[in-house]
Amino acid sequence: MEGLVNLQLSPKNVGIFEAFYNSVKPMQLSYAMAEISGPGKLPSGKTEIPFEVPLISRANRTIYETYHGVFINIQYTLKCELKRGFLAKDIVKAAEFIVEYKARTLASKCEKAVPKEVNFVITPESLEECSDLGTIPRFRIVGKLDSTTCPINRPFTGHLTIDYTEIPIKSVELQLVRVETCGCAEGYARDVTEIQNIQIGEGNVACGLEIPIHMIFPRLFTCPTLSTTNFKVEFEVNVLVIFENDHLVTENFPIVLTRV
Amino acid sequence: MGQLSQQEYMDSINKINQELVQAWHQDFRVKALKITIQCSKYLVDTSVIQFYPSKFVLITDILDMFGKLVYDRLLSKAEYYPALPDNFTANMVPESAKETCRNWFYKIASIRELVPRLYVEAAILKSYSFLTNREFSQALMRLTRMTRGIGDPLVAIYARCYLCRVGMSVSTIDRQFLKDNFYDFLAVYDQLYSSHIKRELNAQKVDITTYLGLYAPALDWILQGLAHRAQHSLLDEIVDKCSGKKNKGLLLNSILSTFKPSYISSRAQYFIKLIESCSGDGLPQYIILKTLGECLQQYGVEDPLKILNLSWALINRLTNPSHFMTCAHAWANFVIKNLSPNEINIFLGDIISHVGFEGKNFYPILQDIITILFSNITDFESLFTMDKLLPLLDLFTEDVKANVCRKILDTFTTKHHCDKFTDPVMIDALIFIAKILHDSVTALTVDDEKRQIGNLISYLIRKIHFGRDFEKQLTFYVEARGTFTNIDSIHVTLVQCVNRLAVETGRIVKSHHTRKTSSFVRACAAYCYITIPALSSAIVKLQLYLLSAQVALFNQCLGQADACIKAALGLIPEIPSAIEVDSKLVSTQDFLRGYICNMLSTLIVVPDCPDQGVLYLTRGLVNVLQHYTEDNNSTIKSELYLNVIDMLATVSLSEYPYHIKKVDSNDVLYGSDPKFITEINKMCSILVEEVLNNLKSLRNNEELKKQSKLAFELFLRLVIHADLENPGMANLSFNLWNLALKHNSLDKTLIVSTNAFICYKFYCYIVIYCEKNVAIYVPLLLSTYCNGI
Repeated sequence: MEGLVNLQLSPKNVGIFEAFYNSVKPMQLSYAMAEISGPGKLPSGKTEIPFEVPLISRANRTIYETYHGVFINIQYTLKCELKRGFLAKDIVKAAEFIVEYKARTLASKCEKAVPKEVNFVITPESLEECSDLGTIPRFRIVGKLDSTTCPINRPFTGHLTIDYTEIPIKSVELQLVRVETCGCAEGYARDVTEIQNIQIGEGNVACGLEIPIHMIFPRLFTCPTLSTTNFKVEFEVNVLVIFENDHLVTENFPIVLTRV
Repeated sequence: MGQLSQQEYMDSINKINQELVQAWHQDFRVKALKITIQCSKYLVDTSVIQFYPSKFVLITDILDMFGKLVYDRLLSKAEYYPALPDNFTANMVPESAKETCRNWFYKIASIRELVPRLYVEAAILKSYSFLTNREFSQALMRLTRMTRGIGDPLVAIYARCYLCRVGMSVSTIDRQFLKDNFYDFLAVYDQLYSSHIKRELNAQKVDITTYLGLYAPALDWILQGLAHRAQHSLLDEIVDKCSGKKNKGLLLNSILSTFKPSYISSRAQYFIKLIESCSGDGLPQYIILKTLGECLQQYGVEDPLKILNLSWALINRLTNPSHFMTCAHAWANFVIKNLSPNEINIFLGDIISHVGFEGKNFYPILQDIITILFSNITDFESLFTMDKLLPLLDLFTEDVKANVCRKILDTFTTKHHCDKFTDPVMIDALIFIAKILHDSVTALTVDDEKRQIGNLISYLIRKIHFGRDFEKQLTFYVEARGTFTNIDSIHVTLVQCVNRLAVETGRIVKSHHTRKTSSFVRACAAYCYITIPALSSAIVKLQLYLLSAQVALFNQCLGQADACIKAALGLIPEIPSAIEVDSKLVSTQDFLRGYICNMLSTLIVVPDCPDQGVLYLTRGLVNVLQHYTEDNNSTIKSELYLNVIDMLATVSLSEYPYHIKKVDSNDVLYGSDPKFITEINKMCSILVEEVLNNLKSLRNNEELKKQSKLAFELFLRLVIHADLENPGMANLSFNLWNLALKHNSLDKTLIVSTNAFICYKFYCYIVIYCEKNVAIYVPLLLSTYCNGI
């Protein structure tokens, strides 16, 4: 049994060669080996061998939840080796298993989601990169996120209302992105990649009507927000409004995912 | 897919459906899901907007199929023994099945586009029941809210429609979601009339009415679900909300077509006011008025006149005749069922004035209105007092008019089979209608059609009755004859009716005719006499002549009876040798036999005319028969002669077996005068001679049977009627008897009983006249006796 954190540097942040060579050495979170069956012959037919391995972290390490990202992977595998004397090759089979925190182990390890309501208003003026107000259509979008701290197995919810808009809207979308930060000797690399994109408004959405924001976090590609000395896994939600002339307006909301 | 025709599109979608099922059964479930998502993406596209509702139906079929596949699979995964009951709860479902179920929903939750995500989740919504018991309605509410994100109102309402359908498939669920869906739609209702949509419609060249019409199915569906068994307070609330909207026509129309008629009819006035207030943009008023009319026709209202007046004021304002007619059609039932003939008359008048010269565009509607009129009205007299009814008929061109008239008479005859019509106005109108129908018959009309029309009109004629005013009745028949000249069967009916009238007259005066009645019955007889020749079928003519002769005789119109019989005699040669019955040729011999017998029976009581010779009519008949050309070797002529002999025998009696009251037959006229008897004897001998000649000609082997039969018949006549004391006669009968028995073809029991009869007869002779020429009878007696044993 082995638990590993794989960190990889994206070629964006460092040179391509460094990215290739300098991928950070995998971090072993947990390792255990056990002999589950002594030497001898296996009877023909199906044989089931029960086994048990303790899932204990190595010294100075913690057991993190499973996470599959682009640059950071936290993976737990079971490897079974069948040694067959010296003439035959050994047979190896590996299988991944998923680690999730249980509710009661959490009290110490992870913060509990405390609902944190966020109200927002998007207007041309509120945009960060409001370089040229002339080309941006007039609009006003108000909304509310029920909480930016969310339990991972509950949907992300809220609603938004288009108060008015000059140009018809083509689409309103929610974008879930992960922010992976790898810290290493030379500093750190921060990479933002999209996990999923959910459309919540299609076409010329009616003004003055509350549109629900509702998104389920994909199970494999998210984990509770993780921040360690060496790496960080964080998540953000972007609200995208695309106008009919393909003008795109984004509002970014960092969110914190928790197990409960 | 824009370039495909509708059929091609449907085919391609059906193909997708098959692919889906195939992929599923090959365990490519992700592929199946992908196909489903791909399909539901089509529902975002409104490029051929008129086709959208059909597309919706096609694609939701696929979605339903997918939903069922998923549900069934989860059900089989649940491994509940023996099987999950239909109303299972979530805690009966094992964790593994729940996990699979959750996987499905996770997978769907990550679909990028809104519309496919919505539809696919809705499709498998039922599977939520595997997870928790409450999840289903929560999900439904969430999806309802999600629909708000769909910008195109048409796409949105169909998505809502699908949600409602899925939601209603679970009966236990709270109906709140229906209301939410409807109110959400109301909230975006103004979007339908936005400039954005107008631009889109212009680009696609679709007018607003058609566009709004596309909403109707989905809206009706949602409202129907909402209104089903709903409290009136809820319905009131909905109506209130809708009536506050601008351009509420579409909403109003859907309300009228989905809410309970009882609810609507109780608030009809209010609804008419609402309709009045929605003019301008949106659904045209006439469509809503039509819906209201259709709704009211099933259910009575308190004050129909007021309702009609209110709505009619609106309908009358419609200038486009086709719009007007659509409304009139819808309201016809209401008007005709609920209002008095006077109002119906006004209603018809308005229709006539609106249709103007464009009648032929509205034939189906007009026909329908007339059918409704005739099948709902019970009071026909008032119906025909309407002065607008016949002008309404005049809107049709001849051929259609005839059809309409036929329908009218049809409903008439089927609905009123017991009463008689006496009202002159009604009779006039009916005859007018019948005349139109009759005039449509031309040389090209099919026989069967002719027969049906004839039956209809005949039925009508038989129904018309003027009570004791027989003269008027006869006048009517005279007019009818002039009106209906094309169809024979009507003439037949008329002749029979007149004969009936004559008999009725005779019956009422108990055969004691006064001057007036006797001239009336003579008129009747004359009517028959001159009507019959117009018919084409000789057989029918013959029958009617005889009938008329009998009726004339009954009424002591001797001259007329004579004339009829003479006419009949003249016609006998015209009888065809065979007629077609049910497309098979049938010989007329049987008819002739029966007819001649009938005539002979009549002739017995017909007194001779003093200017003519003795029994001149019978003589005439014999003459006609002599010229009657029969088929080869047929004995019919001889048989008829034998019948004549029978008749003559009766005529020679001193008192006839029957008489007609107040008519002196020949027995009284001649009083068995010897000259008269001699005449009869002469005729008999001629006839016997003819028969004997015929007997001689029957010589061939195959004719022997006929010969013996004929001989036997003649023998019987001689034995019964003739004077056997005459040795010649006795000899003749003896020979005939032998001839009859010669070929052994007679029935044995017949011979035995004949024998018994003859023995008895001769025994009497012998007892009475034993001293006379006994010797003559002995051979006859012996031979019959021997043959009998």
